[in-house]
Amino acid sequence: MIDDLITAMGAEFVQLSLTPIVIGILAAIACALPGNFLLLRRQALIGDAISHVVLPGIVAAFLITGTISAVPMMLGAGAAAIVAVGMIEIIKRLGRVEPGAAMGLVFTTLFAAGVLFLEITDTSSVHIDVQHALLGNLESLIWFDAQGWGSLLDPVALSTLPPQLPRLAIVLVGIGLFILLFWKELKISTFDVSFAEAIGIRTKILSFALVVATAIAAVAAFDAVGSIIVIAMFVCPPASARLMTNQLGRQVGWSVVFATISAILGYVFAGYGPGWFGSPYAVSAAGMIASISGVILILTCLFGPQRKRTGQQAEA
Amino acid sequence: MSNAKLIAESGKILDVAAKDAPLTVRGLTVSYGNKPAVFSVDASIPAGSMTAIIGPNGAGKSTFLKGALGVVPRLSGEVRIFGKLFSETRDRVAYVPQRASVDWDFPARVIDVVLMGLYGSVGLFRLWRSRHREQAMECLERVGMADFADRQIGQLSGGQQQRVFLARALAQNAEFYLLDEPFAGVDAATERAIVTVLKDLKSEGRTVVCVHHDLSTVAEYFDRVLLINVRRIAEGPVETTFTAENLQETYGGRLATTHIDELHLA
Repeated sequence: MIDDLITAMGAEFVQLSLTPIVIGILAAIACALPGNFLLLRRQALIGDAISHVVLPGIVAAFLITGTISAVPMMLGAGAAAIVAVGMIEIIKRLGRVEPGAAMGLVFTTLFAAGVLFLEITDTSSVHIDVQHALLGNLESLIWFDAQGWGSLLDPVALSTLPPQLPRLAIVLVGIGLFILLFWKELKISTFDVSFAEAIGIRTKILSFALVVATAIAAVAAFDAVGSIIVIAMFVCPPASARLMTNQLGRQVGWSVVFATISAILGYVFAGYGPGWFGSPYAVSAAGMIASISGVILILTCLFGPQRKRTGQQAEA
Repeated sequence: MSNAKLIAESGKILDVAAKDAPLTVRGLTVSYGNKPAVFSVDASIPAGSMTAIIGPNGAGKSTFLKGALGVVPRLSGEVRIFGKLFSETRDRVAYVPQRASVDWDFPARVIDVVLMGLYGSVGLFRLWRSRHREQAMECLERVGMADFADRQIGQLSGGQQQRVFLARALAQNAEFYLLDEPFAGVDAATERAIVTVLKDLKSEGRTVVCVHHDLSTVAEYFDRVLLINVRRIAEGPVETTFTAENLQETYGGRLATTHIDELHLA
């Protein structure tokens, strides 16, 4: 039994499973962190919207540069986001519709355009297609040159890590620092924006920075794990965490825990789960990670200590 | 007279009038969409006074406060707080928004909300420390909510939520307090507690302005009134300004005469 475990956690694990799991965890946490604030600001779907909008931008960047390197994809995604904001404003003014409707229209249209773009252009030479856009390619992000756990200390082997891993690590550190350094400002302006404005917090700049952080997380994670995880991780871990506690700091902590659990269990179940039921095929890790985060949300809805908070208002 | 000269002139007048006044407003206009919510309102709040802003629903009372503090953008108008721009005098002002304007399901305890009032003394990139907690507890003490410090804010009654908001304003230790409907939807005990705190603030020489709805308590709680219905109708001491004629003009004849008769008018 223990021998099995050692074998399971041995060189092959490091080579094939370690990097996808770590990338999954990094992507999940990078999305869950800003998701906490989006959720409390009733903007949870912004994460969803951004992950849709970036697709045509990424495809366009690929068509122009012919590569899927990070910088052009990020620029393309950013350009798409700006075009989307402009389109929303135009539709709001000319069509006189409410902002929600304008957003829904623009985001789905751009996503659909991105899918069409993918289909009619020749992207067969690279890992970019509709399947990839939705589910990413987590399973393929393996570490060829790893010989075992010792490779973690070997600079030569480390230099061959999938580039998504260091990229997501940097993004996660950046988002973590943003939230840590502006904790007071984010907390106060999320709870009471008028008060925040009156005490001198630049609430509009802060909101914009939060959306930018969300966009960066979405683009970085999208490349590695696809849009399904991105959408799920913006919403599910923070929503589950909210049901565990009534303090913002603890909520953010719980969301990190749930994001991590989703990534690990999702990857393991996707790889080994079907085998336990006698199926020789593995299922999509991204789909399974998103599903696990949904299961965690259901469990916290049923058993979370703060699940009954509505309707609990005391009368004086 | 050229436009520039006109602005320069009005600026001069403003400077003289605003020497010490906590709030001087000239020609304040705020608009949501195409319709002005507040149109060209002048006001001057003297130091140490307690002023009620009165007017019908949708008359722009809250918008006047928000426009004065720049919480909503101004279309036009000049505002001076203690004779200066608000950005220079922010730490001398405490603003209490309407209780219903925030989501009380937010994950925070009572003490967390009061700590927000100490934002200015915490410092950039730093977090609240134990001395801030002690200060916050003192403020909760003053509004009779010390026992609720660790309670989740969603579990409070409306009156308790309003007291927490007042405690947050007390934590700001300001000279000028602007409160948006502090008595809306609160129980009688809370109303008395809030009035006591506000009168204490006034007796300490601080200035208080409240958006107020209950005409029957104006004379009892306040010494000045500012009557607004999009435009300024009247402003001055309760004895001379809180009159039946002014009220009829403010409410556009929507106030029943029997109701006016019951008020303790000048």
